[in-house]
Amino acid sequence: MNAYSWMQILFLFIALFVLIKPVGYFMTKVYQGQWTIFSPILRPCETVLYRLAGVDDTDEMDWKRYATAMLLFNAVGFMALFAILLTQSYLPLNPQQMSSFSWSLAFNTAVSFVTNTNWQAYSGEQAASYFTQMAGLAVQNFVSTASGMAVILTLIRGFVRRQTAALGNFWVDLTRSLLYILLPLSFVAALCLVSQGVIQNFAPYKTTPLVQATTFEMPKSGAVGLQQLKSVAVKDVSIPMGPVASQEAIKELGTNGGGFFNANSAHPYENPTPLSNFLECLLILLIPGGLTVVFGRMVGNSRQGWALLTTMMILMVIAIGVMSWAESGGNPLLRGLGVSGANLEGKEVRFGSGGSALFSALTTGTSCGAVNSMHDSFTPIGGMVPLVLILLGEVIFGGVGSGLYTMLAFVVIAVFIAGLMIGRTPEYLGKKIEVREMWLSLVIVLTAGMVVLIFSGLALILPAGVSAMANSGPHGLTEVLYAYASAANNNGSAFAGLNAGTLFYTMTTSLAMLIGRFVPAVAVLALAGSLASKKYVPPSLGTLPTDQLSFVLWLTLVIIIVGALTFFPALAMGPIIEHLLMTGGN
Amino acid sequence: MSKHRTQPTSVFDPQLLKSASIEALRKLDPRILYRNPVMFAVEICCFITLVSFILSLTGFSHEPARFTGMVSLWLWLTVIFSTFAEALAEGRGKARAASLRKTRTEVMAKRLITPALDSKYELISANLLRKDDCILVEAGDLLAGDGEVVCGAALVNESAVTGESAPVVRESGGDRSAVTGGTQVIANAIVVRITANPGETFIDRMISLIEGAKRRKTPNEIALEVLLFALTLVFLLVVVNMSPLSLYSVKAAGQGVPVSLTILVALFVCLAPTTIAALLPAIGIAGMDRLFQKNVIAMSGRAIEAAGDVNILLLDKTGTITLGNREAVAFVPVAGSSEQQLAEAALMASLGDETPEGRSVVTLAKQKCGISHRELPAGATIVPFSAETRLSGLDIDGVVYRKGAADSVFSFVKKQGGTVPKELEEQVSSIAHAGATPLVVSRDSAALGVINLKDILKSGIQERFRQLRSMGIRTVMVTGDNPMTAAAIAAEAEVDDFLAQAKPEDKLRLIRESQEQGLMVAMTGDGTNDAPALAQADVAVAMNTGTQPAREAANIIDLDSNPTKLLDIVEIGKQILMTRGNLTTFSISNDVAKYFAIIPAALLSIYPQLSALNVMRLASPHSAILSAVIFNAVIIPLLIPLALRGTKYRPMPAEKLLVYNLLIYGVGGMIVPFVGIKVIDLVVGQFM
Repeated sequence: MNAYSWMQILFLFIALFVLIKPVGYFMTKVYQGQWTIFSPILRPCETVLYRLAGVDDTDEMDWKRYATAMLLFNAVGFMALFAILLTQSYLPLNPQQMSSFSWSLAFNTAVSFVTNTNWQAYSGEQAASYFTQMAGLAVQNFVSTASGMAVILTLIRGFVRRQTAALGNFWVDLTRSLLYILLPLSFVAALCLVSQGVIQNFAPYKTTPLVQATTFEMPKSGAVGLQQLKSVAVKDVSIPMGPVASQEAIKELGTNGGGFFNANSAHPYENPTPLSNFLECLLILLIPGGLTVVFGRMVGNSRQGWALLTTMMILMVIAIGVMSWAESGGNPLLRGLGVSGANLEGKEVRFGSGGSALFSALTTGTSCGAVNSMHDSFTPIGGMVPLVLILLGEVIFGGVGSGLYTMLAFVVIAVFIAGLMIGRTPEYLGKKIEVREMWLSLVIVLTAGMVVLIFSGLALILPAGVSAMANSGPHGLTEVLYAYASAANNNGSAFAGLNAGTLFYTMTTSLAMLIGRFVPAVAVLALAGSLASKKYVPPSLGTLPTDQLSFVLWLTLVIIIVGALTFFPALAMGPIIEHLLMTGGN
Repeated sequence: MSKHRTQPTSVFDPQLLKSASIEALRKLDPRILYRNPVMFAVEICCFITLVSFILSLTGFSHEPARFTGMVSLWLWLTVIFSTFAEALAEGRGKARAASLRKTRTEVMAKRLITPALDSKYELISANLLRKDDCILVEAGDLLAGDGEVVCGAALVNESAVTGESAPVVRESGGDRSAVTGGTQVIANAIVVRITANPGETFIDRMISLIEGAKRRKTPNEIALEVLLFALTLVFLLVVVNMSPLSLYSVKAAGQGVPVSLTILVALFVCLAPTTIAALLPAIGIAGMDRLFQKNVIAMSGRAIEAAGDVNILLLDKTGTITLGNREAVAFVPVAGSSEQQLAEAALMASLGDETPEGRSVVTLAKQKCGISHRELPAGATIVPFSAETRLSGLDIDGVVYRKGAADSVFSFVKKQGGTVPKELEEQVSSIAHAGATPLVVSRDSAALGVINLKDILKSGIQERFRQLRSMGIRTVMVTGDNPMTAAAIAAEAEVDDFLAQAKPEDKLRLIRESQEQGLMVAMTGDGTNDAPALAQADVAVAMNTGTQPAREAANIIDLDSNPTKLLDIVEIGKQILMTRGNLTTFSISNDVAKYFAIIPAALLSIYPQLSALNVMRLASPHSAILSAVIFNAVIIPLLIPLALRGTKYRPMPAEKLLVYNLLIYGVGGMIVPFVGIKVIDLVVGQFM
């Protein structure tokens, strides 16, 4: 780690803290239906949309209706995307004549984008047409994010409201998130990215002659054994084009992470300069960070929001620190061969080990899943950090909406134990934590972890799972663990090295994504309903203060302990032993 | 006053230990144990390890029989320790219930035809008595059931219920009319209307509560069980996941053996929150029991836990904050009369007054002015207090002595043709301002001065209120006095607030309003007119000396009738919750060390490099695993005394308390097993 890397981290968090307050204030105003600078233009649009859709924007839903609307909306979104992917070859804006997706890949991809995961078992530039990218994938990038925002909004209302069943209107929350927050922010962000060289066009792919033609050996098709090679000469290269900037912005902003290109944010057309890298890092954190401000404002005590943000920051700084240390330390085995310096395998030199480690920590701590370097090529400990960040449940900023609601479920559990320890029946923000809240919070926190344990176990025992692994041993095990962790926690980044396109993996990861997204989301809505129906208990001297450092540390500890206890054995057989093998000279 | 309070039974009373051991084995029955899901899961694991022990004995498995056998043995002990803890907690209650039951010997009742002392009666068995029957109870008779005195007054020995050997007066009307079945009348005869059918009496309820037969889990306890259940489920998946992962690792590494079922089961039991799950039932039962040692009966565990959450405590002034009676503390004469004259007049006016206030005036007069004659002079006519005049006094030799509230005496004096000096009015209001009660004394048509009657605070009451405040509980004094008096007493007693000139409906309204704001309200009461408010309050403590309706409306009954007992109740409520929370944290923190013992041991044959994680340097894989299992088992009996006693509660701000307990049970919970497992390994390593 050099001074440049440290400064980058420092500036990023300074920029973040400067920005989240105004963003958070603005979002609060939008959600409370107050007048904002966009209102003169957008308020009429809203009204027209509601009239067209037959939505009464004053009609408040209880949690069941809200959940039904949310699930229905996502189901329709899934079917639309599924249909586009299956019929891509007949649809317009397909200059490269891409064929349609196979049903299993289409299913996997549709699930992936609807669940805000953006796990990609395909290569963007080789499989998806511009129409698919824009009308299919980018649309889900927006609405799946807005869906998550709606869910967290109800949970906040659950804490704020007293003795009511009304939690707001899903359609209104969705529309406002999209119109006032996501669209304007993406628009500005896309322009900034274009200024750095991110492309935005509908041109067919360009073919350019190489400065220096090369040849390489390749096995003959249909040949048996490695002896029968043929020589292939490469004189020119095809450069993919496309409307990248518009999708890049929401990819980061909505913690979606699905790259336009296979290389994702390592691709120079997605992330051309260190400044664009900085911008993308900032975009990833902006809304999840801003939502903590919204939370604080809406519950009427900003300190509560800052407490959650501090918890996230503590965990994030630890992660960035460990990863930077591991990556800049390099690989001792290579050092033995005379290669010194940081581990740069699988990294872009324009970002360096510092910029790559930072981006990886952010993208896995939030459930973004965009990558600007190959996690597979990190050192064992450097690669374990992103895995652990995902396994902790995507709460370190976390996905838009989902990060905060999972964090709040952790808070409920932490408050419960801490409340007992000070001799009070536990309460948070004046709401008593009882049996129902406990059940629902545990479902929210533990579902993804359980899915990871079940599916990774299955994959490692079934031939269908083992045969698709490119690496064996601890590294292969880590790849499988990472794949399910990423899917179940709706992260979407891949450790690579695993052929995720097989029927077994597309189906099991799809299932993991669906369970990991919607089971907790519905539980959150139920939790919101249960909390909103409760009386408010005013704080007294004996009430546990949840906006103090002691509680922040306790919450941090609970998150680490739950994650560590759940995954220690698996990590021991994966990255930990790999690290021990590496330092032991194997 | 001598008290034969229930002696706190020692945890290690051999008689108790013996019966608890037997009961512990009986509780191993899966049909009983399933109610504690974590321990039920451990019992299933016991059977699994038993099978693997048999397999290794018969040579079907490669694991040494002494390893599988020892693991199985210690898992069984884990379950037995847990049922033992519960049995021990119940045992203490059972011993007390048995002694109570002895009082419920077969009693014959004298059922009256009409509710009068001289009516005819028939002798019937107490079991045949029904509600609303009236019975005659004479000196020496045991009361056949709970009831209310409708006629007469008697001295009753209630030691069977309260442990208080001094007899108490029970009389019809007023707030001292309730009598309890099993107590004995020692003087006079009374007519009692029965208020509870046999089997539903107070003693019956007490017995069933103490025995834990009717003990229902509190919502908070269930929520904790949900957490423990979920953790157990996760750990089950962790070990289930570990099996294919180790199978794969063996193939990939080309060496070692997959983790065996015995080791997986051992790991599962060590990770599952067995410590807290084993002690959870005991904590609740022991809490009720501790309360009973303080002579308080809680009608439900819920009431005790609610007590831990109380925000507001309503206290009656009289008898709670102040001693029951006001005392005369000063004579304030006005111009034209001396203190001596005033004292003499006050004495005369009070000679016929047998109320405690009246007697205190006499005492003060004798003490202040050396007036010695206190016998009623011959020819004196006592004028008792009447509702119309609101005066009392004495007429002797044509001289009229009167005392009473200021306005009554003023109008009496004016009627006699006298005048009221301005100075007197000023004195009256200055005494009233100071929170005391002014009584004006007159002789014939002259108003001589004022007696200052003061409420006497119970000693140490301020300290108790300070403690309540530091627990976050606001105290509100409820009194029938005027606001000025109330404010002065409130200030002196250091209560946080007061409700003056309170009628029963005011109390009820105050409770409702507080509850609307989400506050938890506790109140103590004893009168029938307290019953509606008691029924409304979240924590309602009735004095055992109180009336039957009050006792029925309450959810906690204080056998000592000591209103500041609430402090103890709150403390025990908090202790129960804290003990649960602390042991949960301890139990989960323990897992860290157990992982470091078991994981390297379980995977060592596949990856020898994992010995780097064997930070405790445990002797061998089998010894490491067994040591963790043994630690997991023995920590339960070691913590039984803590579970039964409860963790100490010190009133301090919530945040400090949290940090304090986290350091002890969280950090301590991480360190203790490292040491414990290492020590056990030093022994076990010799044999494994």
